[in-house]
Amino acid sequence: MNNKKYDFKGTPLRGSDIKEKKVLTTSWRPNLQYAWDDGVAIGRYLKELKNGKIIARKCNKCERIMIPPRMFCELCFRATDEWVYVENTGVINTFSISYVHWDAKRIKEGEKPFIPAVIEIDGASEGMGILHVLGEVDPEDVKSGMRVKAVWKSPEERIGAITDIKYFKPI
Amino acid sequence: MGMRRVAIVGAGLTKFVRRAQETGKELAYEAAKMALDSCELTLEDVGCVSLGTAPDAFDGVHMKGEYLSDGAGGWRKPVMRPYVGGGTGVFNAIHGWFHVASGLFDICLVVAEEKMSSCYPHPAGAFLTIFDHTTEQPLKPNLIWIFALEMRRYMETYGISHRDIALVSVKNKKNAMDHPCAQIPQEITVDDVLNSEVLADPVHRLDISPTSDGAAALVLVAEHIAKKITDKPVWIDGVGWNVDTAYWATRDLCYPRYVEKAARMAYEMAGIKEPHKEIQVAEPYDPFDYKELHHMEGLLLCGKGEAPRLTAEGVTARDGNLPTCPSGGLLGVGNPIAASGVMKICEIFWQLRGEAGKRQVPGKPKVGLAQAWGDLMQVGTVIVMKV
Amino acid sequence: MTEKVAIVGVGCTNFRSTTPDLSYRELTYEAATKAYEEAGVEPKDIDSFVSTAEDFFEGYSIADEYCPDQLGAVLKPVNTIAGDFLQSLITAYMQILTGRLNIVAVQAMSKASNMTTLKELELFAFDPVFNRPLAENPHFVAGLEMNRYLYDTKITREQCAKVVVKNKLNALNNPYAGHGAKITVEDVLNSEIVSYPLTRLDISPSSDGAVVMVLASEETAKKLSDKPIWIRGVGWCSDTFSLESRDWAQPISTKIAAEMAYKMAKINDPKREIDLVELSDLFSYKELQHLEALKFCSKGEAGKMVDDGVTEIGGELPVNPSGGSLGVGNLYECSGAQKALEIILQLRGEAGKRQIKNANIGLAHAWRGVPTTTSVIAIFSN
Repeated sequence: MNNKKYDFKGTPLRGSDIKEKKVLTTSWRPNLQYAWDDGVAIGRYLKELKNGKIIARKCNKCERIMIPPRMFCELCFRATDEWVYVENTGVINTFSISYVHWDAKRIKEGEKPFIPAVIEIDGASEGMGILHVLGEVDPEDVKSGMRVKAVWKSPEERIGAITDIKYFKPI
Repeated sequence: MGMRRVAIVGAGLTKFVRRAQETGKELAYEAAKMALDSCELTLEDVGCVSLGTAPDAFDGVHMKGEYLSDGAGGWRKPVMRPYVGGGTGVFNAIHGWFHVASGLFDICLVVAEEKMSSCYPHPAGAFLTIFDHTTEQPLKPNLIWIFALEMRRYMETYGISHRDIALVSVKNKKNAMDHPCAQIPQEITVDDVLNSEVLADPVHRLDISPTSDGAAALVLVAEHIAKKITDKPVWIDGVGWNVDTAYWATRDLCYPRYVEKAARMAYEMAGIKEPHKEIQVAEPYDPFDYKELHHMEGLLLCGKGEAPRLTAEGVTARDGNLPTCPSGGLLGVGNPIAASGVMKICEIFWQLRGEAGKRQVPGKPKVGLAQAWGDLMQVGTVIVMKV
Repeated sequence: MTEKVAIVGVGCTNFRSTTPDLSYRELTYEAATKAYEEAGVEPKDIDSFVSTAEDFFEGYSIADEYCPDQLGAVLKPVNTIAGDFLQSLITAYMQILTGRLNIVAVQAMSKASNMTTLKELELFAFDPVFNRPLAENPHFVAGLEMNRYLYDTKITREQCAKVVVKNKLNALNNPYAGHGAKITVEDVLNSEIVSYPLTRLDISPSSDGAVVMVLASEETAKKLSDKPIWIRGVGWCSDTFSLESRDWAQPISTKIAAEMAYKMAKINDPKREIDLVELSDLFSYKELQHLEALKFCSKGEAGKMVDDGVTEIGGELPVNPSGGSLGVGNLYECSGAQKALEIILQLRGEAGKRQIKNANIGLAHAWRGVPTTTSVIAIFSN
């Protein structure tokens, strides 16, 4: 490349150019909805969450107890063999303290940050973690390796969703 | 019979900007036109188009490959859209390589585009739906969460400090000051990074590349064409790609084993046995500063946990022994997802031809590498280039 | 470098309007297990995997993330094509032709039943500035196209309706098909008008399902399979996306793609040399348009072919013996897979009640639906 020879195209705009209508825009709010079939494995997983339990699936070939459960072992490529209830406790593999919402909006002044974590669930094979959030803990006290326990919604509130576990808290 | 050798003979790039006035099609056109002009070819010479672009949610068009195809020079041509998330840019060139190396085509135009600014109110919102719809999305994760989780795991496994990592951001943003297309060229310090807004600890504002609009393009040709039209072909001598499980929380996030697998595939093809000695200039994927380090290790350019030391010692500086991201990378030039991967290949193309201007690394490098990464911290795509 | 590539294993699920018992992962797993079993391979023997996905069909951003596990492709070379399955098949074909990869698996899947706002979704593919604000129903593009095609060729709505009758009848003999029926031309003409002259029965209903195929280089294919099905030629093309500047009467992209595929397959007289065809019939008139573009007859003559029964299973050129999309269902990016699957089963002589005698060369064609102008072709032989 010869920087002098080429004229790189691309015209930057400021946010204000759009707000002040120096540049005209078209907007569209899509209305897209989905109703996903959970299938056998995740269907049972959700049903058990509603019961206040966490269930995994075992592959008798590699002997992994897998969470989230799956009807086939992706490594051995064979059908998995049995349902195994696992504990509702686990160990923090890694965590973050987040000051942003999913859409990049910042949390409000005084609002507590989210503490997402990968939690290795007791009873599942080593390294088998799930994404969840932590609660009842000060951000500065969270450490990797910390033991945590699921805090469930009340049975009446549970609907069969990952959010039936409100959060995990340190034990 | 041996493999058909494939060369890159032309490259094109637009400026990377937060919001472009141009539409996605227009950006794709500008990059494609520049790439063709640079090797004095026209669209009539082009046999096929490989079009790379990441989530449709950015442009706000379903099947956006179809929408963008004419902008990318695909009108009434064979056009295909390969897709491996953030790894799409580099994979797009690999896909172009399939077209030519297979013998089906002699000339392939590789175009990558991203117009993230179309997504309102913020492009980050498009990332919510990358998470598992049943087991993760209800937790309302932000994209940065998974990187924060991975970064912490990397730091804690190898005893790396944020300060070590921030050096990458400082280096790349400074390198970008010499890039005419750069979105955020800056001279900053490690303290600036550490003191910048905490988004999802340990990730701070200045650890992250920006959201961008932009496009990039390449012209790939068969050996007999390359010899006719240029005396400086850059050969694609190794390609590799690899994808790990989507169950990301069940993997050890401290090391990108999928990048290693992709790199080994590319090295084997290119006959590279000692990558840390043989690769002379590299563009590892750097959407976050720690990712450059993570990827250097996965690319076997250094041992596990050693990349921060190389950075601190200046080995990866533009005048070091193994310059990484001499372009300024995603951290400095910008990150229009698919286009940024092709931008990295453009940079290696220009570096190997000795045409990188102020960014030229010394020592007339002959072997370079570009890499991208994507999905749920899951994809590695690697290309080895030689002159 | 290998010159020839064959299909050595295929697997599919049933194609049904709903599949509530299976997740998208479980659907693909079923098809993959069957394909690998047929090919006599395990995932570890496979060098590369090509999946097919469009973000908004799957309901994911970066839908390719969720492709590897159900294919047994963890830590393997995997890539997705955001296109039709036939484009993925062509990618696998090219990968093998490079000489670097020997066995490649290809996958596509439809969970159309999970998209509860299909109309809005299809509309979301339209040009956001010029077309989307004007369009109420995405099928209007097909209505415009059908009207211009009928005007240009003097083909009638009745002839289009005969395509629906034929394909739905064929589907009754296809155990995989979800929309087989015995209906009449009047049923089609009297069904509700969606976008004149297009009626509800002129439009293929949607289906769920998954298909996986295993491809191999010549030497390996001969070892793995007694009945390898060879890829003889491929072609694909995208015409303009713009509604404002396209040809409304004929599908140019199919014409150009056919030229490429015929050249590669060294086919000079398609009607004489090709024994059966599975082509895109997402709308009834499309079957007729595509027959012409694929040069099985000249412009305007496809209607007569249908009248004369040429395209029936017992005819001179059976078209969509599987039941096509009208009888099997619109599988979106998996549509081309269902087409190729039928050709392969027919060439192997495994098509049961709908088996065509002396089937040696077959053509599979897909078009990506409105508002696209992308067509893909693969020609197979045994």
